[in-house]
Amino acid sequence: MAEKTSIHGDLRLSNITKSYGDFTAVNDLSLTIPEGSFFALLGPSGCGKTTTLRMVAGLEEPTRGTISLGNTDITFTKPYQRPINTVFQNYALFPHLTIFENIAFGLRRRGIKDVKEQVDKALELVELSHLAGRKPTQLSGGQQQRIALARAIVNRPALLLLDEPLGALDLKLRRQMQIELKWIQKEVGLTFVHVTHDQEEAMTMADTIAVMNEGEIEQLGSPADLYDNPKTAFVANFLGQSNLIKGTISGNDGDNHIVDLFGQKISLAKNRSHAVDNSIYAGIRPEKFRISRLSTPTSGNLLSGGKIEDVSYIGVSTQYQVLMPWGQELMVFEQNDDAVAPFSVGEDVNISWESGFTFALRGDEDAEAGMEVEPEEIIEDDE
Amino acid sequence: MLKQAWKSSQKRSSKTMSKSGISSPRTPYLLLLPGMGFLFTFFIWPIANLAQTSTQTPVAGGDTGSYEQTLRWKNYIDAFVENKEQFGRSFLYAALATIFALTIAYPLAYAIAFKAGKMKNVLLVLVVAPFFTSFLLRTIAWKQILGEQGFVVPFLRNLHIIAPSTTLTSSAFAVVAGMTYNFLPFMTLPLYASIDRIDPRTLEASGDLYANGFTTFRKVTLPLSMPGVVAGTLLTFIPAAGDYVNAAILGSPETKMIGNVIESRFFKIVDYPTAAALSFTLMATILILVTVYIRKAGTEELV
Amino acid sequence: MRKVSRWFQRNLIRIYAVVAFTYLLIPVAYTIAFSFNNGGKSNLIWKGFTLDNWMNPCGAPEVCTALGNSIKIGFLATLFSTILGTMIAFAIGRHKFRGRSTTNLLIFLPMATPEIVLGASLLSLFLTLKINPGFWPTVIAHVMFCISFVVVTVKARIASLDPRLEQAAMDLYANEVETFRRVTLPLVAPGIAGAALLAFSLSFDDFIITNFNSGTMTTFPKFVYVSAARGIPPQANVIGSSMFIIALVIVILGQVVGRKRAVK
Repeated sequence: MAEKTSIHGDLRLSNITKSYGDFTAVNDLSLTIPEGSFFALLGPSGCGKTTTLRMVAGLEEPTRGTISLGNTDITFTKPYQRPINTVFQNYALFPHLTIFENIAFGLRRRGIKDVKEQVDKALELVELSHLAGRKPTQLSGGQQQRIALARAIVNRPALLLLDEPLGALDLKLRRQMQIELKWIQKEVGLTFVHVTHDQEEAMTMADTIAVMNEGEIEQLGSPADLYDNPKTAFVANFLGQSNLIKGTISGNDGDNHIVDLFGQKISLAKNRSHAVDNSIYAGIRPEKFRISRLSTPTSGNLLSGGKIEDVSYIGVSTQYQVLMPWGQELMVFEQNDDAVAPFSVGEDVNISWESGFTFALRGDEDAEAGMEVEPEEIIEDDE
Repeated sequence: MLKQAWKSSQKRSSKTMSKSGISSPRTPYLLLLPGMGFLFTFFIWPIANLAQTSTQTPVAGGDTGSYEQTLRWKNYIDAFVENKEQFGRSFLYAALATIFALTIAYPLAYAIAFKAGKMKNVLLVLVVAPFFTSFLLRTIAWKQILGEQGFVVPFLRNLHIIAPSTTLTSSAFAVVAGMTYNFLPFMTLPLYASIDRIDPRTLEASGDLYANGFTTFRKVTLPLSMPGVVAGTLLTFIPAAGDYVNAAILGSPETKMIGNVIESRFFKIVDYPTAAALSFTLMATILILVTVYIRKAGTEELV
Repeated sequence: MRKVSRWFQRNLIRIYAVVAFTYLLIPVAYTIAFSFNNGGKSNLIWKGFTLDNWMNPCGAPEVCTALGNSIKIGFLATLFSTILGTMIAFAIGRHKFRGRSTTNLLIFLPMATPEIVLGASLLSLFLTLKINPGFWPTVIAHVMFCISFVVVTVKARIASLDPRLEQAAMDLYANEVETFRRVTLPLVAPGIAGAALLAFSLSFDDFIITNFNSGTMTTFPKFVYVSAARGIPPQANVIGSSMFIIALVIVILGQVVGRKRAVK
């Protein structure tokens, strides 16, 4: 058993495909997760993220491709032969064992000597030492979550997999656990691979996020990269909200393209364009927009002829729907910082933004990809 | 489309699960072998043997109880014609007992599931408890309670509810009542199990959507408890149709059921072929009724 | 008046339940009461209270022989049917294999066959094989009809088991055998215990199948049936009542232990 723990290093998935009959859950996926990182696999239900995780854990075998950890090929080894532990969705704590025995389970199987000491340490880490003698059913959801984490971490795996670990917690507890998980990861220095459909959760915790859709990786990068400069409509819509406006590149101006949006000209940094030809979607995040009354002078890009359609006050900001002359409604988030008097429905306005915030996607994309995400539990939850 | 794909993926995943769970594909067969071997030897083989016995005829000039195979299919017709009354009675009594038991058990199960609160477990124990006193003792207790020397008959006679010559035992009424009583726990438990699984919020939702109490029962409670109804009625009807103990203890010669006939053919008359033909007919009839019933009720997954 | 009728309406189902329970328990109460009857051999009419029957339950001839046989048969039938049935339940509940639906059918059939047919067919087989009815044929018969009930009970427990628990065990370095021993088996154990209890009570209480296959050997139900004509000795009531009380105690203990486990 000793050689097991000596396996470590980057996790490498090479050309992994997993199909069930005609259905391909994961399609030719290649991915390297560096040792020590906090990595998130983010995507909607059925995008293949859980299947990917289960293949890494050894609970599924890939149809094609290899999985290796450091220099060791682990594609077909049994789950108990891998130095990888999982925090399961809904925790899967053993109901017939005490909390102590739950955490000790892996240590005992591996024939570790100082079980008590290590379990106590793990309990201390999650701050639940006083619950060692209880049974899992007597614990609250948040406590169970921490025990599931302790049960995995105590084994010091080369890789810790988290399968929607916070999905069953309420919002407030989830926020708290997000911060705690991140802290624990730094503290123990293990590689964490975190599967989630919650973009906010992924962005809060991970240093690198892979956005998955239909069995493939759409884009990989740091949370800021993904948000500020999405490569596809799916990423643009799945991570936060985006306004995507159809347009054509009509000219160049140094490092910028000149883009024609329904007759109005704006500029776009060339290095922020993922388009392949002149047909594009110009993308702007709603909070980057500024609304101004017709008389107010503006800088940067400007779209005129808007009319306020709807106003929702939500505390930190006010959200406006602005109807543009070509019939599209744009979403604008304005800070409630009293710089401008609030606009009211029916008012004629202009919209402006710093040209550096514009990104561009291929014009042949589905502008609504990634917008509607079906409820998680029905499909992703296997069995 | 996606759902379907996922379903098939689930199927596959549980397959791989069991593959990685317990290694060899031979494992299930090894697990099945002893038990299934036992059932083949002591269930299938006897039934086949019974089928074979059913067409035998007495050896000419042989001892009582010695028979030879002559493939006399007419045994079935003879046996049936001779005992059609008892056949009819068996199914009639069993059907009546099933209906009565359902009528008594449904509200009882409903009360335990929804109205018992903390008493739930205690009440469940009380339903099962009589089951542990020998059912023969309980049946005989009824005979004595309702008999001439019990207190019920004189009481009813004094009140002129029954005529002085009327008895409660030795009657069809007593036999059906006895069966109803004996199979009541078998009806109540599956009913309870499926009613207890109903989310009470569905009943509230039904009320919220303009259904009165009766409509809620008919459109929500009853359909949701159907698996329990089917299981309970089967667990009552099947043993009731083949029962002969209630008829023997609580009945009279006029209430003989097919079970009594089979028993006496076997032990008193030593007419194995007729007993076998009757048993086989009884089993076949029940199986057909059960199959039709399960199809109609639409509950496939019973076992 | 209105108040009364409203109370009645609201509590109708509770009143109904009380009546139904009375109906269920009257014969049990009668049986227990008459176990204290100083009624001599026939025990038909109440003749006065006595503890003699309880002090000397073997006082009536044959009662204890019959009881002993029933307990021995019940024990053996429970042991074998629980082992065989649990194995089948694991095969069906944990594996996909060819012939699964045939297996399910073969498990269902004995439950859908009237006892009298089971009893008669087994007897006719034993007669064909020139095996005399008696103790072992009865045990075999009981194992046969108990297996299906064990399978159904254990299978239900296995089905309610979250497969993720087994996956978690394997994730935590338990191999197949350890996973089964440390996680699967302990979690299915209450189902197996329940199945065993059910098998014992089915076996102990069985009359029809036993009557066909036991020959001259008596069992407790057989003894009761045979002596019914001339009156059952009160000692039989003592044994019936004891069974009731023992079963009650086992069930209550099971509940208390279960609750304690949940709390501790």
